[in-house]
Amino acid sequence: MNLGMIRYVLGLVMMFEGAFLSLPCIVALIYNEGEGVSFFVMMIVCLLFGFLLRWKKPRNSAFYVKEGFVTVAASWIIMSFFGGLPFVLNGDIPSVVDAMFETVSGFTTTGSSILSDVETLARCSLFWRSFTHWIGGMGVFVFVLAVMPLTGGQNIHLMRAESPGPSVGKLVPKLRTTSMILYKIYIAMSVIMVGFLLAGKMPLFDSLLLMFGSAGTGGFSILNTGCATYSPYVQYVIAIFMMLFGINFNVYYFLLIRKIKEAVKYEELRYYLLFIGAAVLLIAINIHNTFNSLEPAFRHAFFQVSSIITTTGYSSIDFNYWPEFSRVILILLMFSGACAGSTGGGIKVSRLIMMLKTVKKELLSYAHPRTVRKVKFNGRVVEHEVIRGMNVYFVAYCFILMFSILIISLDDFDFVTNFTAVASTLNNIGPGLGVVGPTGNFGMYSDLSKIVMVFDMLAGRLEIFPMLVLLSPYTWKGVKFRRRNRAVGQKA
Amino acid sequence: MDIIIVGCGRIGSTLVEELSGENHDISVIDEKADIVQEMANNYDVLGVIGNGASYNTLVEAGIEKADIVIAVTNSDELNLLCCLIAKKAGNCQTIVRVRNPLYYEEIAFIKEEMGISMVLNPELGAAYEIARLMRFPSAMEVNKFSKGRIEMLKYKIPAGSRLDGMNLSTIGEHFNCDVLICAVERDKRLIIPTGSFELKEKDIISFVAGPDNAMEFFRKIGEKKNQIHDVMIVGGSKIAFYLCKLLVASGINVKLVDKKLERCEELSDLLPKVMVIHGNGMDHDLLMEEGLSDVEAFLALTNHDEENIFLALYVQEQTDAKLVTKVQKINYNAMIERLNLGSMIYPEYLTAQYLVQYVRAKQNSIGSNIENLYKIMDGRAEALEFHIQKNSPVIGIPIQDLPIIKNLLICSIYRNGKAMIPNGQDVILEDDLVVVVTTKKGLHDVKDILRRG
Repeated sequence: MNLGMIRYVLGLVMMFEGAFLSLPCIVALIYNEGEGVSFFVMMIVCLLFGFLLRWKKPRNSAFYVKEGFVTVAASWIIMSFFGGLPFVLNGDIPSVVDAMFETVSGFTTTGSSILSDVETLARCSLFWRSFTHWIGGMGVFVFVLAVMPLTGGQNIHLMRAESPGPSVGKLVPKLRTTSMILYKIYIAMSVIMVGFLLAGKMPLFDSLLLMFGSAGTGGFSILNTGCATYSPYVQYVIAIFMMLFGINFNVYYFLLIRKIKEAVKYEELRYYLLFIGAAVLLIAINIHNTFNSLEPAFRHAFFQVSSIITTTGYSSIDFNYWPEFSRVILILLMFSGACAGSTGGGIKVSRLIMMLKTVKKELLSYAHPRTVRKVKFNGRVVEHEVIRGMNVYFVAYCFILMFSILIISLDDFDFVTNFTAVASTLNNIGPGLGVVGPTGNFGMYSDLSKIVMVFDMLAGRLEIFPMLVLLSPYTWKGVKFRRRNRAVGQKA
Repeated sequence: MDIIIVGCGRIGSTLVEELSGENHDISVIDEKADIVQEMANNYDVLGVIGNGASYNTLVEAGIEKADIVIAVTNSDELNLLCCLIAKKAGNCQTIVRVRNPLYYEEIAFIKEEMGISMVLNPELGAAYEIARLMRFPSAMEVNKFSKGRIEMLKYKIPAGSRLDGMNLSTIGEHFNCDVLICAVERDKRLIIPTGSFELKEKDIISFVAGPDNAMEFFRKIGEKKNQIHDVMIVGGSKIAFYLCKLLVASGINVKLVDKKLERCEELSDLLPKVMVIHGNGMDHDLLMEEGLSDVEAFLALTNHDEENIFLALYVQEQTDAKLVTKVQKINYNAMIERLNLGSMIYPEYLTAQYLVQYVRAKQNSIGSNIENLYKIMDGRAEALEFHIQKNSPVIGIPIQDLPIIKNLLICSIYRNGKAMIPNGQDVILEDDLVVVVTTKKGLHDVKDILRRG
């Protein structure tokens, strides 16, 4: 384990967090808010901390899968911890665990909140809360890799640990160019969305925050009522953009380089749109008699489906009171999640489809035991390794889901609440059903449950294995934090 | 530059290793998924799994924008087809590996008709390298600069040599010979020496000299192994075949030992002047019987690295003949160097180096003025050849007055068809070819050799 290199990269991440923290300071200056001081203090702390970690460049720059996973998992934890401290300092969220929960929820683009009243928060706090969605959506390391010329090809491990999807590849030969392309698309789409919201007479500050929430598929709202009070136009804009941000960014790259055929042929995209279409139709039929006309039924169904499948978690209406059939559809969509390579969470449409295809293949092999058949996706044979990885992922996912429900059931809430609370944190959605429904929050859970859910959110965002590798005893076996490492270094 | 490398064998992977550090956009294509995965994990390159001769695969690797396509799979036919399709699909230069001697004889035609920019033949390249070593049996390595007028040789100072304890500034006078020692390896450290540097036995030195001077220098410092007349080769590989042709042409007697009777018959047919012996080269009695103790050079060229190494170890005990050992796996390098097995030949590595030079030269024709770049002393130092352009800041100032950066030495100047080893009073002029040796990496322009400001 190359601890020196991990330290060095962590330092880099801290510096970046310090730089990000300057944004709420600017907001505080604009609105003349005293709460901004806490962000300024943390900005200095992060920069200083990062500077100290980067004091000495490690001699050995070898960086393997293990280091990549550990670095990413550790950075997300550290980032969330330091990102939460300003809330504690300025008194918006006095408890450290609560602040950590809120920031993890932000960075992992979950959008679950422990706050019952967000409207009383200072504007700079609101801004920072939502901004964590935006940066967490595409990924901190993707950003770092785009901006910093980190040398060496092994940085792909960082990107792979952070980016969602069963197999992470590059768009172009250079990792840095790939990261830049991704962020350029991301920023362009964000700007367009803000434009549309401004056109709907939304104030700039609110537009920005709503954009952060939708682009990162996060879902922190800025009103206690969520998105229920916005005009139908704004709701449509948000719904459509949530859906767009849930699409694999490769599709946008193909569109950009004019390979329209390949973009349209993208198998995951087709299933994703199919899922959305089917779910909207079913829910709209199911709920249409609670409305006077068809339009609001369609609008709310579309908004909610788009919000849940992309794991954003905005709500245009309290779907807790919808018929059971619609609620179950939403729960199923929670698990499906958005496309791989998007900013959304969940299991991902591509994984789901590939797993279904594996089942189909297995069924076929019972009928014709000697049949030879490969699982194909996007017109390509899926390597056995990818399928194996996917199955293991799914098993780990199920175990984490079960154990998390078990632990938080200590708090004695009903099953629907507990189940959807875990499902929505593990899939990075936000609200669940029951007590944690769209109008509720997670504040009533004990600290233990909150810590479990913090783990779930991080595991969900980083696709489980980076977190497990960080906690695995195998990773740390034989790693001595001081002496031996140096001796090895000398020998090399 | 945008480069597509088809085939991740030894050449392909060495190429990726060398080029990925130099700001090119590289895509690699191979049919084996695990190899592609490994390349993409370890280097900043785009991996594409597929057949390199397939149009779709090439498109996926970015053929439309590619500047160079390098086809180095194991199959000549695939390489040629790949280059043909690449040429039609995009606007790129193509480099192809062809190793079958049959095709290679007709290579001029193939090259012309298919519009190939460069043909690689690792075995032939290695054969040339060995033939060059045969001219300088005392040298461990020979490189050419300035259109072949300047040679850079690597030499290990043996115990009791006349060079032991000699000061660099006095060498020229003492031997009355125009050579310049430009790099010294001592106790694993690499030094770019200054005039007051004192040589010791067991130092490994690199020096530049004109071809005649090098020969003379070796004679004057008392190296006896100066002319080779009899050579024994074990292993009838392709390298051996090419090499025999070269050696026979320069009038050297060659004995070639190979295990396989058919191969022996084939070789004896193709190489009438070579004495082909059928037998196991690992059989020590056979080697002795065929006069191992009398040959001046022994070449272990079988297809097995381990056999070659053990052969060399044995022969080293028996005679003090010049030893050349062929090794394919470059990762053996570190262990073998310690065994002192004479000159090591890594055919694939040589080819990769040659290609890297080509790519660099191509790259440099855009921005800077490097003509040639060799990695010397196991890649720890670079020898660069600059073409001096008009208005270059180094023109017209005596070398001793130039503010040259540390660990850099100007080794030779080539002007009007003549090469010279410069001294402090010489000046560099426009249109010269100047060779410098340095441990500093990443020089791009001749003005980089000067201290800033």
